[in-house]
Formats: sequence, C-alpha cells, structure tokens
Amino acid sequence: MTQLDTNQPYALVMRGIVKRFPGVLANDHVDLALYPGEVHALLGENGAGKSTLMNILSGLYRPDAGQIIINGEPVTFNSPRDAIRRGIGMVHQHFMLVPTLTVAENLILGQDDIGFILDYTALEAKVAELSQKFGLAVDPHAKIWQLSVGEQQRVEILKMLYHGAKILIMDEPTAVLTPQEVEELFKTLREMAAVGHTIIFISHKLDEVLEIADRVTVLRRGKVTAVVDTAHTTKAELARLMVGREVLFRVEKKPANPGNPILEIQNLNAKNDRGLPALRNLSLTVRSGEIVGVAGVAGNGQVELAEVITGLRPAESGKILVHGQDITNKPATAAIDRGVAHIPADRTGVGSAPNLYLDENLIMKSYRHPPISKGWAINLSEAFRQAVQLIKRFDVKTPDVKTPARLLSGGNLQKLILARELSREPEAIIAVYPSRGLDAGATEAVHRRLIDERDRGSAILLISEDLDELLSLADRIVVLYEGQIIGEVPPKDELVDEIGLMMAGTKIQAGD
Amino acid sequence: MRIKIEPRLIVPKWMSFLGLIAAILAALFFGGFLLSYGGLNPLVAYRQMFTDAFLRSYSPSDTLVKATPLLLAGLGVTVAFRMKLWNIGAEGQLLIGAWAASGVALFVMPPETPRPIMLLAMGVAGFLGGALWGLIPGILKAKLQVNEIISSLMLTYVAILFNNFFIYGPWSAGGFGLTRSFPRTGWFPRLLDFVDFVPAFRGMTAHIGFLIGLVAAVILAVLFRRSKWGYELKLIGDNPRAAEYAGVNLARHIMLAMFISGGLAGLAGMSEVAGVVHRLQENFSPGYGFTAIIVAWLARLNPLAVVLVAYLFGGLLVGGDSIQPAGIPLMIQGIIMFCVISADLLTRYRIRLVRPKSQELEALDTEVTAG
Repeated sequence: MTQLDTNQPYALVMRGIVKRFPGVLANDHVDLALYPGEVHALLGENGAGKSTLMNILSGLYRPDAGQIIINGEPVTFNSPRDAIRRGIGMVHQHFMLVPTLTVAENLILGQDDIGFILDYTALEAKVAELSQKFGLAVDPHAKIWQLSVGEQQRVEILKMLYHGAKILIMDEPTAVLTPQEVEELFKTLREMAAVGHTIIFISHKLDEVLEIADRVTVLRRGKVTAVVDTAHTTKAELARLMVGREVLFRVEKKPANPGNPILEIQNLNAKNDRGLPALRNLSLTVRSGEIVGVAGVAGNGQVELAEVITGLRPAESGKILVHGQDITNKPATAAIDRGVAHIPADRTGVGSAPNLYLDENLIMKSYRHPPISKGWAINLSEAFRQAVQLIKRFDVKTPDVKTPARLLSGGNLQKLILARELSREPEAIIAVYPSRGLDAGATEAVHRRLIDERDRGSAILLISEDLDELLSLADRIVVLYEGQIIGEVPPKDELVDEIGLMMAGTKIQAGD
Repeated sequence: MRIKIEPRLIVPKWMSFLGLIAAILAALFFGGFLLSYGGLNPLVAYRQMFTDAFLRSYSPSDTLVKATPLLLAGLGVTVAFRMKLWNIGAEGQLLIGAWAASGVALFVMPPETPRPIMLLAMGVAGFLGGALWGLIPGILKAKLQVNEIISSLMLTYVAILFNNFFIYGPWSAGGFGLTRSFPRTGWFPRLLDFVDFVPAFRGMTAHIGFLIGLVAAVILAVLFRRSKWGYELKLIGDNPRAAEYAGVNLARHIMLAMFISGGLAGLAGMSEVAGVVHRLQENFSPGYGFTAIIVAWLARLNPLAVVLVAYLFGGLLVGGDSIQPAGIPLMIQGIIMFCVISADLLTRYRIRLVRPKSQELEALDTEVTAG
C-alpha cells in the first residue's frame, strides 16, 4: 500500500477503501489521490476492482471501510445524488440518456432545483457556453436518437458539466468511438483538465492511457499495485503491473494458408430490428484457414451480418453458402449442423442462459445429437462429464459445474461460450467482438484459441471494433460502413489511419 | 435511516421453501382478521376447516375430488409457465374440454359403448378440446406477437358463453342450464363402486381422475428433467434469445406448449364431468382453472409438488364448504397468492436499513478533523 502525503492539495483522496461482496474482496484498502487538473488513468483487468471503486466514488455503493475526502473535506455519499452535489460525475460505458428527448431535455434530467416552468433560453445559453468552452459541439435541440455514438458521449459529458461536475469519471470512453472521434475526445479531456477539472480515465487500452493520462493507478485483484507517472513508464511495464506477468501484444501466428472457400456470402441484403436496411448487397468469402476481420464502428451492420449468417435474422435477398450448400433463410439449426460456430456480441443476452447451470449452457448446441442426446432424452451424466472436461480444457474459473452462468465474470463467461462453440470443431466461426470488455489475460486466451482454430483449418469471420485486435489477428481486413463493405486492406499497423477513415465512411484505395 | 432493497446473488432452496411456509401462515393470519370481522372465531373456524379437510374418515376422498381438477389444470399451467408463457386461460380450456367430452358422451358414442372405449374417447375429446382452445392464443402469440395473458383470459369468457349456449340451447335438458346425464359408461369409476369389496368405501366419491393426474405429473416430471423438450422449455424460459441462438424454434414451442397446457386443462374438465357431475352444467367449475394458477405457482412449477399443493388446496375447498359464510376459501386463496408473491420478492431481494452514517466512518471523520 502506498502512503499518501496528506499535505498535498489533492482534489480527491480515497483512503483505505474496503468493499467486500459475498465471497470477494473487491477493494482491499485502496488508495487513490488525484490532483486538480490531472487526467488520471485507472488501469486494471476485469474484476480488479475498478468499477467497484468508481461505484463507491459515484455514490452507488457504500464502502465497508475507508473515507473519501474532496478538497480536504471528508464526505459520505448515501446516493449518486450526494456525489453529484459534491461535483462528481460519471460517464458510463452505456449511456444514460433518454433517446426520445432532446439534448437540452436530457441535461436537466435529475436536476433538483428546476422550477415548475422550464427556462429553456437560459438552459440553452448554458449549454452553448459549455460546448464552446470545451469543444463539445452538439445541437441542444437535437433528439438523442438522431445523434452518433460520439455525439451522445459528448452529451453525457455536457450533462455532467452542467450538473457542476469537477471530477469526471470516464468509464472506457473510447470503446465505441472511431480513431478520429477518440482524438476529439482526448482534445476535450485535455481542455477540461487545463481549466482545473480532474478526470478519471478507466481503460484497459494501454496506448490510450499513455497518450492521455498524466498518472496511472494500477489495480490488481482489489489492491493498488502501483501509481506511476506516464512520463516514466512503458506499455510493457503497465501491462506487467496490471496482469502480474509479461503480456504479448501481438499474438504469434504463422502466415495464413487459406484453402477452399467455406463461407460464401453473395449480394446479401437484410434489415435491422427497426425495419431499415442493415446490410446492402454485401458479398464476402472466407476460406478455410484464414481469419477475415470486419472493421467498423458499432451499428453499421456487424451484428446483423452475424445474425443472418447464423440463421437468426432473415435475409431479404442474396445467398449464404457453407461448403457450397445454401443455408439462406434456413432455420438456425442448418448453420449449427453444418458446423458454423457463433460467438455472439451479447454474451449474457444471447450467448448464455443466465440461470441455467454451466453444463446446461454447454450443451446448447450439441443436445440434439448423440452422445448428448439419447433418443428423446438428454444424457445428463454425459453432459456433466463433458462439462467437467470443457471447463478444465478452456480454463473456465468456477466453483463447480452446477453454478448458474450469471455468476461467472465476463472473461469466464466468454471462455464458457468458446468452450461450447469451439469444442465442436467448427468449419466456420463467426466471432463478434470476442474480446470486448475482457482483460488482457482473457483477451490473450481468446486470441490464442481463434488462431489455433484457424490453423486447424476453420474459416473465421472476426467482427471487431478494436483495431488492435483486427491488426494482430486478421489475415485480411474488410471495412463495413452502413451495411456495405467499402474497402479491404491487409492488416498492417501503418494503415490504421486509412481504416479509420473508411470506418467513418470515406472510400479510399488503401494499401495497394 | 433509509430502506434499501437489493437483490440477493443466490437464493438458497431452504429460503424459498421457508418463504412459502411463511406466506401460507401469514395468509391464515390475515384471513383470521377477515373471519372475525365476519363474526367467526378464526381459531374455531380454522380447526373446523382443517378437521373436515384432512382428519375425518371421508376427508381424503372429498379432498381428492376437489384436488383432481386442480392437479390436472395445475400441471397444464405448469407446462406453459415453465417457458414463461403466461397461460392464465386454463379455466376456459377446462370448460371447452368438458364441453367436448360431454358432446362425445352424449351425441357421438352410442350409450352401449364399452366403458373403457367410451372413457378413452371422452378423454381424447377433452384433451383435444382444451388443447385447441389453448392453441388459439398460442398461434396468435407465435405468429402475431399477441399478448397471451390477455387473449387466453378473454377466451375464458368466450368459453363460458359458448358452453352456456349449448346447455341452454341445443343440448339443454328441459331448458335448464344443464344437459341430460351421461350414460353410465361415461362415468369414471369411483371408490364407492367398489363398496362390495371394501365396505369402508361407502359414500366415497373420489374417482380415477386423480390417478390420471398422478400419472401425468410423473410423466411431466420425467420430461422436464430428462427430455430434450424439457431442456428447451427451460432454455426458452430463462432466455428466449439464447434459445433461438441454440436453434430452438420459438414459434413452434409456443404453440406446442399452449397445446399441451390447454390439453391438460381440458382433461381436468373432462375428468370433472366424467367423475363428478356426469353431465355438462352451468358453473360446474368454481374457478378450478384460476386456482390452478396459484397451485402451479406455489409448487414452483414442479409437477410432483403440484400433486401436493393441489391436495392442500383441495382441502381448503372442502374445509371452506364446511363453514359459513361461503367464499372463505376463495378469500384465503387470494390472500395466499398475495403473500406468496410478497415472499418471492423477499427471498429474491433483501431489505436493508441504511443508516446515514456508519459509526466507523464517523470515528474516522472525527479523527481527520482532529488531525
């Protein structure tokens, strides 16, 4: 534990914070001290205790022990409202905005002292002033649903500033942004820091942490392992502090050796849930033994593409062939039985049944055929036996097989899904955001598995919004924009800017 | 001081069982107030009810008679509820099942048909009648996303009027709200039929319907636990999107579950006309199909537990008949339902009193201010 020098003019001190959940010590005497006007990164794997600490700071949880001192004054928060009054604002990963309301209307939500009649002119003036000051350009009259993800994030930040936040918690703010939008966000954060705001930046992306933060507090298993200046550290050191061992940033892999086409998509058109075109004339071929990466900003048809291929969403027109056999608009079992594995974007909402046990989750794709099925029945002991093996083979950390899936951490749940999907030796794998929200250790495990599957001869379609992941895993990258493939590039680090531009909709010939 | 409600991560089995017991005791406690408001001594009334329901020589038989339709319809409700398909129209499905069985007994099969064949035909008709009535909301839900809660409930009222049309119209015996009696071959064997062998069965009206329910409960228990279909129901109930992802055809399962659910309720209706009233008549069911919902829920959708709960509720109905004013069992049922739902909330969440400041923090505060 580091000793705090209490004579420093800290904007915020969290001292000796302890928070215990049943069976877990989420925060074990954590200290965090922030200067006014600094960007301070909070780095740690999933389950390291970052979210717990920030939930304590934003008034959602009460610590079991420890204290919070703001500008030298000890405070206790009984609710998020108390935290907001003390100038703490949190921008969550999932935005807390009402889509059908305007920007201005969203800003005044949760405000205490609004009168019976709203003074929109004053409100808009204030919004304009704040946007001007920090380069947060948004139209106060626009409805939230009309805004891009980046703009919505700006509204969230504006909301916090409007409520008087001096200490701003940003929970993985870059996860949903294009590289260009990230740059704009960083500019805003710097401007806010320059006028004395304090920013807590939560991330696992080490490059970003090094770029934006002044100092970093690293958490591991509920404890602070280090507080370092970004000027005096390296990516490798941060990773080691975070994971507790050396991490490889580029997965080692042999050159691809593509074979026959396995998955062929021809002139595919499909609609999204709102009935609007999500995929437009999309054609793509994935061969045995290659990983084709699909880059794009979330919401450009990625999830729909995966769903149409796996039979969960109807195609309006076009064809999907697996091994030359047409599975277009066939039931989902057609894809499953032809060996198409699907690692869905939404692990809890689609990929697992939260209250079912691990063995019951593991047989979701295999219960129709022997050895799991036995005529009309399911061979429960065989299912259990396989589950024990798979949990061991795929290193799923769980007390036992008869544990409901909802009690697994994100990384372990993903390992469970991988165990189910990959143990069937799939011909093709549709992996959607396979490492989203996972820590470095779990991400590495996921990547290793995918490379192994590729080398075994599987055809892999990797849909991701993490360019680092695409560059290190994919053998070629296509960019999806508004349901169309607007370009293909080889996975070279120096092409990041081109990919970013294409993700934003600019058609260019890159890399040729 | 504030009250905070937070979810429990794991609900132990004993806690949910204890919750049920507590709910029933609380219901009896609150019911006691209403009884005394009605001029009864609650303790005396409860003792009277309990004695009549469970302790007298004819109690088991009487209680079984009331428990039989609750058991069959309760199993039907269980099937649908397992996949979170809220079929609350078991009453209507029961009525249509009774109608179909009555039609077969009175107008399709000749009266001299051998008893096993007659009863089998009535059973098939009863099941199919209820099943098709259940299938209507099933199809509407599967194809057009019509809310099954509303459509299944509304169809109950259609079923009541449908039956009334027949018993007051074409099937009426002399213009009264009932049909003529079934031929003897259309009656379920009852205990009193065997009085020559077992003299103690004199006057006992329990019929074979309960055995059918018992068999159905065992079959369902095995299917739920062991079969692919049981697994699919559970998967859909827990996460329909995960079920679709696993290749389960949701629409087909919705229709199948509603078919079977309605079929079992229809069988309850058939068993009631073949075993108790021996004709179709108005108001022959005092809302068995609705009580079945409470039975299924109290039994936590476990078919074997449905047997037990149906028996207890049968006892509640028998006991209620023995005291005045009538309507007591219905009232207690209602209170039990409220208490069970509250107990559910209390087992899944915990209520904490949050003090504005914990002593520990206060101590720290003073320390800091002092330093």
